[in-house]
Amino acid sequence: MVLSTTTKPVVGYVHSIETFGSVDGPGIRYVIFLQGCRMRCEFCHNPDTWNIGTGDEMTSDEILAEAIKYRAFWGKRGGITCSGGESLLQIDFLIDLFTKAKAEGINTCLDTCGQPFTYKEPWFSKFKQLMAVTDVSLVDIKQIDTDRHKRLTGFNNETVLAMIEYMSDNGHHMWIRHVLVPERTDYDDNLRELGEYIKTLKTVDKVEILPYHTMGVVKYETLGIDYPLKGIEPPTHERVVNAENLLHVNDYQGWSK
Amino acid sequence: MKQMEKTTTPEYWEGFVGGDWQTTINVRDFIEKNLNQYDGDESFLAGPTEATTELNNRVLDLKKQEREAGGVLDADNKVVSTITSHKPGYINQDLETIVGLQTDKPLKRAFMPFGGIRMAEDALKAYGFDTDAEEHKIFTEDRKTHNQGVFDVYTPAMRKCRHYKIITGLPDAYARGRLVSDFPRIAIYGIDRLMAAKAHDFENIGDGEMTDDVIKLREEVQEQYRALNDIKKMAASYGFDLSRPAENAQEAIQWIYFGYLAAVKTQNGAAMSVGRIDTVIDAYINRDLKRGTITEEQAQEFIDHMVMKLRMVRFIRTEDYNSLFSGDPIWATLSLCGMGIDGRHHVTKTAFRFLKTLDNMGAAPEPNITLLWSERLPEGFKRYATEVSIKSSTIQYENDDLMRNEWGTDYYGIACCVSAQPIATGMQFFGARANLAKVILYTINGGVDELGKAQVGPAYEGIKSEYIDYKEFMKKLDPMMDWLADIYVNSLNAIHYMHDKYYYEAAQMALKNTDLDRTFATGISGFSHAVDSISAIKYGHVKVVRDEDGIATDFIADDNDYPRYGNNDDRADDIAKWLVQHFFEMMNKHHLYRGAKLSTSILTITSNVVYGKNTGTTPNGRQAGEPFSPGANPAYGAEKNGALASLLSTAKLPYHFARDGISNTFGVTPNTLGHDDEARKDTLVNMVDGYMENNGMHLNINVFNRDTLLDAQQHPEEYPTLTVRVSGYCVYFADLTKEQQDDVISRTYFETM
Repeated sequence: MVLSTTTKPVVGYVHSIETFGSVDGPGIRYVIFLQGCRMRCEFCHNPDTWNIGTGDEMTSDEILAEAIKYRAFWGKRGGITCSGGESLLQIDFLIDLFTKAKAEGINTCLDTCGQPFTYKEPWFSKFKQLMAVTDVSLVDIKQIDTDRHKRLTGFNNETVLAMIEYMSDNGHHMWIRHVLVPERTDYDDNLRELGEYIKTLKTVDKVEILPYHTMGVVKYETLGIDYPLKGIEPPTHERVVNAENLLHVNDYQGWSK
Repeated sequence: MKQMEKTTTPEYWEGFVGGDWQTTINVRDFIEKNLNQYDGDESFLAGPTEATTELNNRVLDLKKQEREAGGVLDADNKVVSTITSHKPGYINQDLETIVGLQTDKPLKRAFMPFGGIRMAEDALKAYGFDTDAEEHKIFTEDRKTHNQGVFDVYTPAMRKCRHYKIITGLPDAYARGRLVSDFPRIAIYGIDRLMAAKAHDFENIGDGEMTDDVIKLREEVQEQYRALNDIKKMAASYGFDLSRPAENAQEAIQWIYFGYLAAVKTQNGAAMSVGRIDTVIDAYINRDLKRGTITEEQAQEFIDHMVMKLRMVRFIRTEDYNSLFSGDPIWATLSLCGMGIDGRHHVTKTAFRFLKTLDNMGAAPEPNITLLWSERLPEGFKRYATEVSIKSSTIQYENDDLMRNEWGTDYYGIACCVSAQPIATGMQFFGARANLAKVILYTINGGVDELGKAQVGPAYEGIKSEYIDYKEFMKKLDPMMDWLADIYVNSLNAIHYMHDKYYYEAAQMALKNTDLDRTFATGISGFSHAVDSISAIKYGHVKVVRDEDGIATDFIADDNDYPRYGNNDDRADDIAKWLVQHFFEMMNKHHLYRGAKLSTSILTITSNVVYGKNTGTTPNGRQAGEPFSPGANPAYGAEKNGALASLLSTAKLPYHFARDGISNTFGVTPNTLGHDDEARKDTLVNMVDGYMENNGMHLNINVFNRDTLLDAQQHPEEYPTLTVRVSGYCVYFADLTKEQQDDVISRTYFETM
């Protein structure tokens, strides 16, 4: 790794690292969870990643030096993933990290909910720069109905969809993920509409239903935050299969190529 | 002994590619010439036939009866088990395509007193059987056993080490096992040709100068020759003529199985390996399929029926033994695949067929299926293997690239749980294990056993200060380890001398070359706790709590964040590497019986529970009596950086100094591997590839939710075939003791949210 000697290294704020990420993009991945998020999704299982500006300060070089030790486990498809929190809040750091990773031939994956996306400059140019060094993005569409989206996350879904459409129009590959939450997202009409929407996109390699789970409750208790989905149980197997059908999950097999 | 006769058997070999194997006994050459590589997937496989299902149901029912009867269904107390001692036995003769049982009835245990009459009698007594009075007299008054031989020569110090369990599991009262015979020889050559070859060897041992070595080997080869003849007789009682080579696939499998049967009729070794038979059987099946004489269903049926027999092998054991190795394991280790030295992979359709048995007859712990893994194995096989792992947790993975290089041959098999052995040219003297966690405590306590309070080790000055000074400790550790290495290796010298004398493995050795390379196996237990204890002393500023006798009973690390083995942290991992090499070198200074080459292992089977029970609180905070982590696994709770970091730590251990095996048992929940089946298979393939690429040696893979195990503990009847992999073998969860079940449940199961 060649350290840049002319510019000050960009620092990322890291919440935590998972060396064995198997559900965060293709293959086995070294996952960097970045600190900070503006959304307040009711089902969020990592409320400890919300605060912006805290976390461990790390440079890209430090992270890559550690990540590369796990390279043998990545096979042909694996690599590194930046997740969060909302990783796009640290876009300068992402560009630095992914550019260096690509120089080493490492597969890069961005996990984002798209909330910070904007066509405004200088942010949009940076985003284009980031996309040039990103192999695949994992994008959440939390609700296709914008009102329900706002109730669920605190924001409407327009910026999210704008980002997705940009990716679709510019050949950037993505996996679409949808968290299935009873009483929040598990409505047939919403799911059907979401399924139709995804069909219009050109670069979707995989569509995944992520059944809501209650494993985050403990963290809320520890942080002294009220748990917003109290009393809501994970969806039944039948409802998960139903959602998978309405989203035509099996039609998207590009990920396994 | 008959002189070498010129026998040619071209009619049996028609359709095979010829080579050196036709003029000399050389199975490896046969494989190289007749390998049928298969690069496809599992879609060709056949399900169970009606006969298979019916037989399997009968066996499952017998197994159930056996469990209900307290572990043993029936036992012989009179007929000493030899190759020819019992009449033919069957499950249901009309349905069996491969036949042969250890005794005259299924699951009836044989009487095997040659290792030690007391052990044999205690085992019978434990299950409510008496020994026949005449047999008792013969083996106490008239005929000496291996056990008596060893105890005749043990020094008082050796007995003490055994008693206080700083050395445990020594094969001084039962067979040492761990031989991988070249069973396919019987199929390819027939017994007559093998006898002729042994007769030829016999003529060339020594030149009349009767040294100890010459006398010993001449006597052994005579015994081998007789054993071969007995195998022929035993087969004849089942109606088969083993004097000649096998004519077809069914015979080839039957011939190979008779060889294995002779082994388990004569030896009750801890490990009775099946070896490496997949490619030879495949050549026979392939020839029959080409000739149109069998179908895929029949081929699968033969394999299923042979595997069913391997699942039925039993030895009767004492309670002590069972607490070391639970669940009746016999380590019928079956090694599959691997790479040839010529660069071709050895994946054949028959490797798939062996894995398919787990689907056709349900999961079972035996045979102990071991994949000799290389990154270069074809993708179709890798994915099928990981699918079987995810479904049944019955497979272990071993690094073929590492072993092939270290042993210099592609024709080796796994001898026990984990250790490699050249099949034609090598043998191993099995050596149990020494407790390195305890030696740390002996160093601190001046050779006094922390639990028994007796002076067991030499009375060197221990650590007297309140805090342990690292430099002082290391200076004192050295002579204590040296003492243990000395007494351990010399106990084994005595054991193997007597085993050769009183319980020689004639049948198994008859199916190997006469001139052998020998390995002197030793082992380490308490590894991770020894490493973390040293690290605690070095980095954690450890204070000693002593009892009224001045014995250390507890330790407090002022800085509890000291590096621990299992986090890919070189500070701790370097201690681990050093410990293996250092102990190896200390043992290697000593005389080793029969010019054997030293090897050591870091694997514990389920004995990690018993070893832990007999070891006091260690400086890394492990409390007295708590189980050790199994094999080379990091201590429970020490792993903070996730699954892969843990694997990378283990992978650093130098195989060159632990050629007997470095075992890692890996537990993971299904959801951690991925959201769907394809992703899970992907993850496992990449994980195994990555571990092996980093020189990791062995990996047991368990895919479970902890809840499943908890439920199985409460309702064993609902999980009769739930199998788990423990260090180096596989066991029905229901057959483990409560303590061992708790241990398996409390192991680290990697999960992510």
